[in-house]
Amino acid sequence: MATKEIEQLVAREYEHGFVTDIEADTIAPGLNEDVIRMLSAKKDEPEFMLEWRLQAFRHWQTMQEPTWAHVNFNPIDYQSISYYSAPKSDADRPKSLDEIDPKLIETYNKLGIPLREQEMLAGVAVDAVFDSVSVGTTFKAKLAEAGVIFCPFSEAVHKYPELIKKYLGSVVPYRDNFYATLNSAVFSDGSFVYIPKGVRCPMELSTYFRINASNTGQFERTLIIADEGAYVSYLEGCTAPMRDENQLHAAVVELVALDNAQIKYSTVQNWYPGDENGVGGIYNFVTKRGACRGINSKISWTQVETGSAITWKYPSVILQGDNSVGEFYSVALTSNYQQADTGTKMFHLGKNTKSTIISKGISAAKGQNAYRGLVRIGPAAENARNYTQCDSLLIGDKCGAHTFPYIEVKNPTAKVEHEASTSKISDDQLFYCRQRGLSEEDAVSLIVNGFCKQVFKELPMEFAVEAQKLMEVSLEGAVG
Amino acid sequence: MLEIKDLKATVDGKEILKGINLNIKPGEVHAIMGPNGSGKSTLANILAGRNGYEVTGGSINYNGHALVDMEPEIRAREGIFLAMQYPIEIPGVSNIYFLKNAVNEVRKHHGESELDAMDFMKILKEKMKLLEMKNELIYRAINEGFSGGEKKRNEILQMLLLQPKLAIMDETDSGLDIDALQTISKGVNSLRSAERSFLMITHYQRLLNYIQPDFVHVLARGTIVKSGGKELAAQLEQEGYAFLDNAEAI
Repeated sequence: MATKEIEQLVAREYEHGFVTDIEADTIAPGLNEDVIRMLSAKKDEPEFMLEWRLQAFRHWQTMQEPTWAHVNFNPIDYQSISYYSAPKSDADRPKSLDEIDPKLIETYNKLGIPLREQEMLAGVAVDAVFDSVSVGTTFKAKLAEAGVIFCPFSEAVHKYPELIKKYLGSVVPYRDNFYATLNSAVFSDGSFVYIPKGVRCPMELSTYFRINASNTGQFERTLIIADEGAYVSYLEGCTAPMRDENQLHAAVVELVALDNAQIKYSTVQNWYPGDENGVGGIYNFVTKRGACRGINSKISWTQVETGSAITWKYPSVILQGDNSVGEFYSVALTSNYQQADTGTKMFHLGKNTKSTIISKGISAAKGQNAYRGLVRIGPAAENARNYTQCDSLLIGDKCGAHTFPYIEVKNPTAKVEHEASTSKISDDQLFYCRQRGLSEEDAVSLIVNGFCKQVFKELPMEFAVEAQKLMEVSLEGAVG
Repeated sequence: MLEIKDLKATVDGKEILKGINLNIKPGEVHAIMGPNGSGKSTLANILAGRNGYEVTGGSINYNGHALVDMEPEIRAREGIFLAMQYPIEIPGVSNIYFLKNAVNEVRKHHGESELDAMDFMKILKEKMKLLEMKNELIYRAINEGFSGGEKKRNEILQMLLLQPKLAIMDETDSGLDIDALQTISKGVNSLRSAERSFLMITHYQRLLNYIQPDFVHVLARGTIVKSGGKELAAQLEQEGYAFLDNAEAI
């Protein structure tokens, strides 16, 4: 894009003329059009972005919260949430890690993800979101060499407005659902990725999300576009510090794969799940959807969900291009009072489209785990194939596992398979491990990791290790 | 090493063991024979600490410790090994990963350094060769899709790796053909030493031809009704357990 245009965009005065304290680090709780204007102004957004937000907001006001999920929670007061929060000293965006507040770096270190070490050792470009504004982006130079764009969403709005205009909301329209619409109105920041034609992204792209400011809903927006013949593997990982109050987290992720392109999106989600009495914890109401728009394109979702008080999440694939492939590999663990209603949707529209769903649900303590999956074969989807495997593992006798598969087939050539199983960790398995010298807790985590193996092997190596550790930590105290 | 005194135990409220007395000294090989339902497997499971068995009387002393107070994994780390009659399958957990973990847990317990992958592999290969095990078995999930014979070999492989002080074998010979029986016996015999004791539970004398016991005990209706040397096994093989009925009649 021409530099001139960018300068124009940046230089343009905000047109809607209202007065607000732009220096404030947090907008007071509440949601109305003024808040959205203020939010947009703080980010110095172009007008099209504000208009889009306002359209979404107006539509959101006509919507009701969905109630069909197998979860229970007290009503959320959307007026008590603050919709913008930036780290201190936001005036000057840091250009490198050296410019980042040492306290932030310290927090990262405590969480075990030192950016600098990652930068040096792992070869992963990290776009770190601390609260709502991205504060550190690395490896940009190397990516730029390959022509890959990987930047905070807010930056992309300025630098690549054509791409944003073309693709934002093209997979998850702002009218899509209550939470996605709310996100469209108030989204804070997130990642933007564009892989140009024929380019294989030279490294795995990774974003670590953290919630750190009190009482702030976080609304990420991620958009990934793989142009014809492109390939990208994207990692999203979350941990959140201890918290007392429930926090709403309503993210939207949109993926677009054009002809022969491939996107692999992996998530390890470990938001604060609340304490063992079910107090606190994150409400994770996320809309993730990918569009296999081109022929022979492929989108894979792999997720390991161990956190959040409530998870409401269905990473989906629209299989539009002929011969396109959608995959969903999921491990969801609920312990204590956690509730998860998660699964996927596979929309088969093109010919010879194929989808695979492997879902592993683990319930421990008083956890409630529901798989909800939709496989829809459209009338034009000749020879579409789906294979679904849905396994539940119960630990203890106070937890629950539920399976809600929906299958809609409108083409007689389709082949749809669904397998489901529910099992308990048997006393015999535990005894066998303990007889060989393993502690009961180690035995449980061994058996659980075995149960999850089909999914873990889909994760990139370092993520798989992290996922295993996460399972161990999450299961601590779940036995006995 | 192991002193069992007047051991009584119930399963689901039903008394299965009605006063067992048994002494095993280091280096001794004991065989327990007896008809179905006599309490042989119950004894083995109680020694290993399996849930579902309640000790209602008597005592078990293992190297100076009251065994019933010890968690199963502590017993294992202290050298009690049970080769199971029905080895369980654990899907998704590779055999080699499990074996290495088990070996290192025991080593840690004794203050020894953990084996790294290379050292472990070397030892593993050696033991597998002795048992004529197919290499691929160690990369498969624990016992998943193993034949009956492979499962039993896998049990003995674990025994060889963990080097127990007291090895209990619960009908390890059942379901084995003669070749497998010979191989497994070779493995077990390689472990015999002046410090290590064995307790073999079996229906048949066959196994005892290959692993020669020092003592043979006959367990019937929850008590040891007869003890003797290895010639007792031969006698049982010929005459069956019919004498038990006669003994009772007297």
